[in-house]
Amino acid sequence: MKVDEATVRHVARLARIKVTPEQAKALEGELSAILDWVEQLGEVDTANVEPMTRVEEMALPKREDKVTEGSIAGQIVKNAPLTEDNFFLVPKVVE
Amino acid sequence: MMIEPRQENLVDGATGPWEIILGLEVHAQVTSQSKLFSGASTEFGGEPNAHVSLVDAAMPGMLPVINAECVAQAVRTGLGLNAEINLYSVFDRKNYFYPDLPQGYQISQYKYPIVGEGVVTVDLMKEGYSIEVGIERLHLEQDAGKSLHDQHPDYSFVDLNRSGVALMEIVSRPDMRSAEEAKAYVTKLRTILRYLGTCDGNMEQGSLRADVNVSVRKPGAPLGTRCEIKNVNSIRFIGQAIDYEARRQIGILEDGGKIDQETRLFDPKSGQTRSMRSKEEAHDYRYFPDPDLLPLELAQKDVDALAKALPELPDVKKTRFVEAFGLSVYDAGVLVSDRASADFYEKVAKGRDAKLAANWVTGEFFGALNRLGKDIEDSPVSADALGELIDLISKDVISGRIAKDVFEIMLETGEAPGKIVEERGLKQVTDTGAIEAVVDEIIAANPKQVEQLKTKPKTIGWFVGQVMKSTGGKANPAAVNEILRKKLEIGEE
Repeated sequence: MKVDEATVRHVARLARIKVTPEQAKALEGELSAILDWVEQLGEVDTANVEPMTRVEEMALPKREDKVTEGSIAGQIVKNAPLTEDNFFLVPKVVE
Repeated sequence: MMIEPRQENLVDGATGPWEIILGLEVHAQVTSQSKLFSGASTEFGGEPNAHVSLVDAAMPGMLPVINAECVAQAVRTGLGLNAEINLYSVFDRKNYFYPDLPQGYQISQYKYPIVGEGVVTVDLMKEGYSIEVGIERLHLEQDAGKSLHDQHPDYSFVDLNRSGVALMEIVSRPDMRSAEEAKAYVTKLRTILRYLGTCDGNMEQGSLRADVNVSVRKPGAPLGTRCEIKNVNSIRFIGQAIDYEARRQIGILEDGGKIDQETRLFDPKSGQTRSMRSKEEAHDYRYFPDPDLLPLELAQKDVDALAKALPELPDVKKTRFVEAFGLSVYDAGVLVSDRASADFYEKVAKGRDAKLAANWVTGEFFGALNRLGKDIEDSPVSADALGELIDLISKDVISGRIAKDVFEIMLETGEAPGKIVEERGLKQVTDTGAIEAVVDEIIAANPKQVEQLKTKPKTIGWFVGQVMKSTGGKANPAAVNEILRKKLEIGEE
């Protein structure tokens, strides 16, 4: 499968990764090669095979509806570059 | 199925009538103590980032564990919407970047939602018809945090208290054809959610908000291109947004233009919708199953147990009120539109004249609450007190007219009606001797009217009025009538 430069740019933008024109060119080839490799899996007939979601037979673990966490605002914002009154401050985003 | 358009729902344009096609995605916050995948509180209005766990803040290595009650609430809601419950559903990641979404994705359900197709019957009370709105699906997902943009010129403030709170997204079929129908649908949905106790339906706090899909077409033509108006947070705004957006689209099409499929925002200040260009590219969400969560599997017996424990829902209650109490469909509709009102009414009506009770609850009582701006929960008059007042009317202790005065005093003082009637001497006069004395007095004082009565027997009403006036409304009207007719020698009508 051939990935063109426009697709590389689109994927990079969605992932918020800055890509230079040289890098984009290189990624065209790399991504195409990865997809070709993944495409090999399509050769296996999986028509009647359920998707594997677990290695062992186990159910989704559930939690009781109780408040057990919270009130750690200081710790929550501790790594943030900028805070005020326990709010995170981010560059202004306006619709 | 082709629905024949109702003439009254068509909108006139320069080139003839247009039909509006509406579908809604309603986001309803699940009523629960803690969040969908963490043990942090869902309480509204906490200090910034106080109701946030390390999971909600998306700290590396944190794993989501699902809240069993949120799952039960979604199932209850599905049952209340007459919908199919899917015993197997899957959580997916919906990927996008926004400052109030620390994970960089929202955990949602895409291909396999917990609830499938259902149907809601919507009554348009004023217009006098009903429609059925198809439900396409209901799925569970996480809410995002909240950004404040007006605190600082250069920065937005982010609070993650909402982050991870469970939402139910309820997607309707494009089955609505007017702003009124869409408003009635949201109102009905909110009523059902409140009956079920699965969402408090508080639109001001954002517990219930709607994305409205609007398109227009010439009647009978294929569906037009739609625009999605995001996050409309009041029923009135839903109506305004639809009216504006339909007009806008008709204007573009009639000028020979075409509609771009896009996301729009409704601005309550201007009453207009505007394009939200920034959202365009984000539409590529790259959903994939969340590797942190196994599929959600339910046992049929657990679903059955939840179904068995459901409360009586508004449609069933309404039918019962009509059949068991002999109420009009309209009165029954008004009473069941809110569970607290229905419960209040049933308490008042128990063992009493059900129609009289309905008249009092929907008339004087609701009128008073409206006037005082109070909810039924903090009503100054209890159901028992109102019932006692109705007993006084039924037992002929007071007349219906005096009862209204007593009710006003009850509102003001909170005293029991029996006590008010007793202490203020408002008991109806049924003592015929006393009434006769008043009647004699009035006849003697008004010879002209007595003369007139001989040719115009209908003027007896004037005498009844005079007697009621001089007894302060306390005379029993039936007794007054009878005595007057006897004394003035007029036969029964």
